[in-house]
Amino acid sequence: MKEDLVADAPMQHPDADKLVGMEHEKQYDFQLPENYFYRSEKGLDARVIEKISYFKGEPQWMLDFRLKALEIAEKKGPPKWGPDLSGLNFEDIYFYIRPQEKQGTSKSWDDIPEEVRETYRRLGIPEAEQKVLAGVGAQYESEMVYHNLKEEWEKQGVIFLDTDTGLKEHPEIFKEYFATVVPPEDNYYAAVNSAVWSGGSFVYVPAGVDVDVPLQAYFLLNAQQIGQFERTLIIVEPGAKAHYIEGCTAPTYDSDSFHSGVIEIIAKENSNVRYSTIQNWSHNVYNLVTQRAMVYDNASMGWLDGNLGSKVTMKYPSCYLVGNGAHGEVLSIAFAGDGQHQDAGAKVIHAAPNTTSSVVSKSISKGSGTSSYRGLVQIHEGATNAKSNVECDALLLDETSKTNTYPYIEINEKTAHVGHEATVSKLNEEQIFYLQSRGLAEDEAMALIVRGFLEPVAKELPLEYAVELNRLIELEMEGSVG
Amino acid sequence: MSENRLEIRNLHARIEGGAEILKGVDLVVPAGEVHALMGQNGSGKSTLAKVMAGDPSYEITEGDILIDGQSILEMEPDERAREGLYLAFQYPVEVPGVSIANFLRLALNARREEDDEIGVMEFYEKLQRAVKELNWDDSIIERNLHEGFSGGEKKRSEILQLLVLEPKYAILDETDSGLDVDALKVVSQGVNAARGENFGALVITHYQRLLNYIVPDKVHVMSEGRIIKTGEKELAMELDGKGYDWIKGEIASSAAPA
Repeated sequence: MKEDLVADAPMQHPDADKLVGMEHEKQYDFQLPENYFYRSEKGLDARVIEKISYFKGEPQWMLDFRLKALEIAEKKGPPKWGPDLSGLNFEDIYFYIRPQEKQGTSKSWDDIPEEVRETYRRLGIPEAEQKVLAGVGAQYESEMVYHNLKEEWEKQGVIFLDTDTGLKEHPEIFKEYFATVVPPEDNYYAAVNSAVWSGGSFVYVPAGVDVDVPLQAYFLLNAQQIGQFERTLIIVEPGAKAHYIEGCTAPTYDSDSFHSGVIEIIAKENSNVRYSTIQNWSHNVYNLVTQRAMVYDNASMGWLDGNLGSKVTMKYPSCYLVGNGAHGEVLSIAFAGDGQHQDAGAKVIHAAPNTTSSVVSKSISKGSGTSSYRGLVQIHEGATNAKSNVECDALLLDETSKTNTYPYIEINEKTAHVGHEATVSKLNEEQIFYLQSRGLAEDEAMALIVRGFLEPVAKELPLEYAVELNRLIELEMEGSVG
Repeated sequence: MSENRLEIRNLHARIEGGAEILKGVDLVVPAGEVHALMGQNGSGKSTLAKVMAGDPSYEITEGDILIDGQSILEMEPDERAREGLYLAFQYPVEVPGVSIANFLRLALNARREEDDEIGVMEFYEKLQRAVKELNWDDSIIERNLHEGFSGGEKKRSEILQLLVLEPKYAILDETDSGLDVDALKVVSQGVNAARGENFGALVITHYQRLLNYIVPDKVHVMSEGRIIKTGEKELAMELDGKGYDWIKGEIASSAAPA
């Protein structure tokens, strides 16, 4: 068994990846070299999972959890609703890849490998990044290679680690909360993630601590056919406050790729939690993510979710308002360009009295792109005086792009106030002419209208992310002028 | 003869595929002058304004438009703007989510070289001067472009933009319509502030009223897609008193065979 596990593992040469998949006997050494490479074979089965768990040096309970999740996934099968996922073939996907760089936590920017820094530079990230470096965690391929926690946070007892390290260093907290918000039974992709998860962030904020600088994690995906299955667990104790930001941008590859993350957040009494993400996957990535927060008494949870890029996105950040007076908010942006399908939305469950929620969704479709808003607002019996407001606006940039709205509203409580408003608009010729008459070129005019359309959501982002969002929108708009 | 002028030569235009609306317009506005263009509804005044700015829904079948001797006919609307042409719209559109300040900074920078963007301080000083000129509150610059603006505020915004962008030639398309006297005064004050030897304007209006505040150097009268009469500022008064039928009658009789 052990021989099997490491048969293709200890390779040190930079070209090692070229050898992967070839048949060859290899001498191995149980003292794994510091700088090694491992990639699972393609496809998903129990053997792959055992290897992942073995390489991570995980406790038995986690291996058992993973194997159980695989069974659940196999039993469930992919969902029968939503966008076309027929291009997604598990047989062609590596479910685990480990970078050649030294595992563990890098302490400074200088420790980050040059090629990773180069990728950041090409993406135009560094200016924004360098300022906040001390607080940045970054995921490179499937592992955290860079992680630095600000000293004062450490003093405050804040934990901000990659999830694998979190499991090693804080097993009690980890085990208490892990998979309690999104159990593997929840949905097929959550089950797949539970089986093969790797990386992500582990955040713990003790009671009453106000983390005033956002916790940021950039992660990239830049090798071919890598499944990314990040697993993020954020626990915010009573009265504490935190803002977690994740941005990710991926260069282009040749073949389809798969990303399926699970984000679990526990927002305890009177806490204030925000999770912001802007994702710009390359246009062949299937991005199927489960994001959910449990929100307790008088706590406030806000999701800000930007979906650019990817081939298909299915993502419905959700708030389970389980405590009296809990508040949930989802702001989402989706941009569906040529050949893309963004199926995004929100899910809010009002399960306690005096809970309030607000959903604002803005989608843009271009060319053969389709964007869908899919949302659920559920008000349970006994959740008296619940208030929810949903606003979804779609903007079509041309005659060919499409948009759909699937709002589901289930109310089982008479005192509920639920509002829903949906608009669809087309890029307006008069607006373009007006802006052009002021000196803006046609493409600049269109980009400005789009930015304005997104502004109610974008203004909630920290400045450097808003700037990056604008840059991404401009890139997406290139070639829009007919 | 100075080349510094806005010139329209025998301009014919129609809505794409439709009937001809402009049927040979000739008009010259030299730099440093303000001309009024008057005429009844449907005479083609607004069409002329939009055609000059490059509205893509119109088709030019004959003639030319020149800025300082250079034809702008083949130019996109934004290129015309960068050549110094400005249209104050009769019905300015709303652009949600775009603040006046951000928009004007982009518009100003669009006229400048890429490595010569206007400094933030310089920009805000300029913008605030213009806001003050129009007796407006500073907070207006953070509002989104015309979102929730009253008709009068929209018109005022058009003049604010004119003052900031400092075009060589401006066309004001019924900027007075829907304004009360106070608003009319403020808007006129803005236009008068822009006057100078390097600025020419064509002020389109139905009513003589505006011309009490913006005193024109010349008045042109338009009817059925042509300029039928050009005169001094007194022509506006006369027109106001006697009506358009008077002038049409006069033209008809003068055009009658001797």
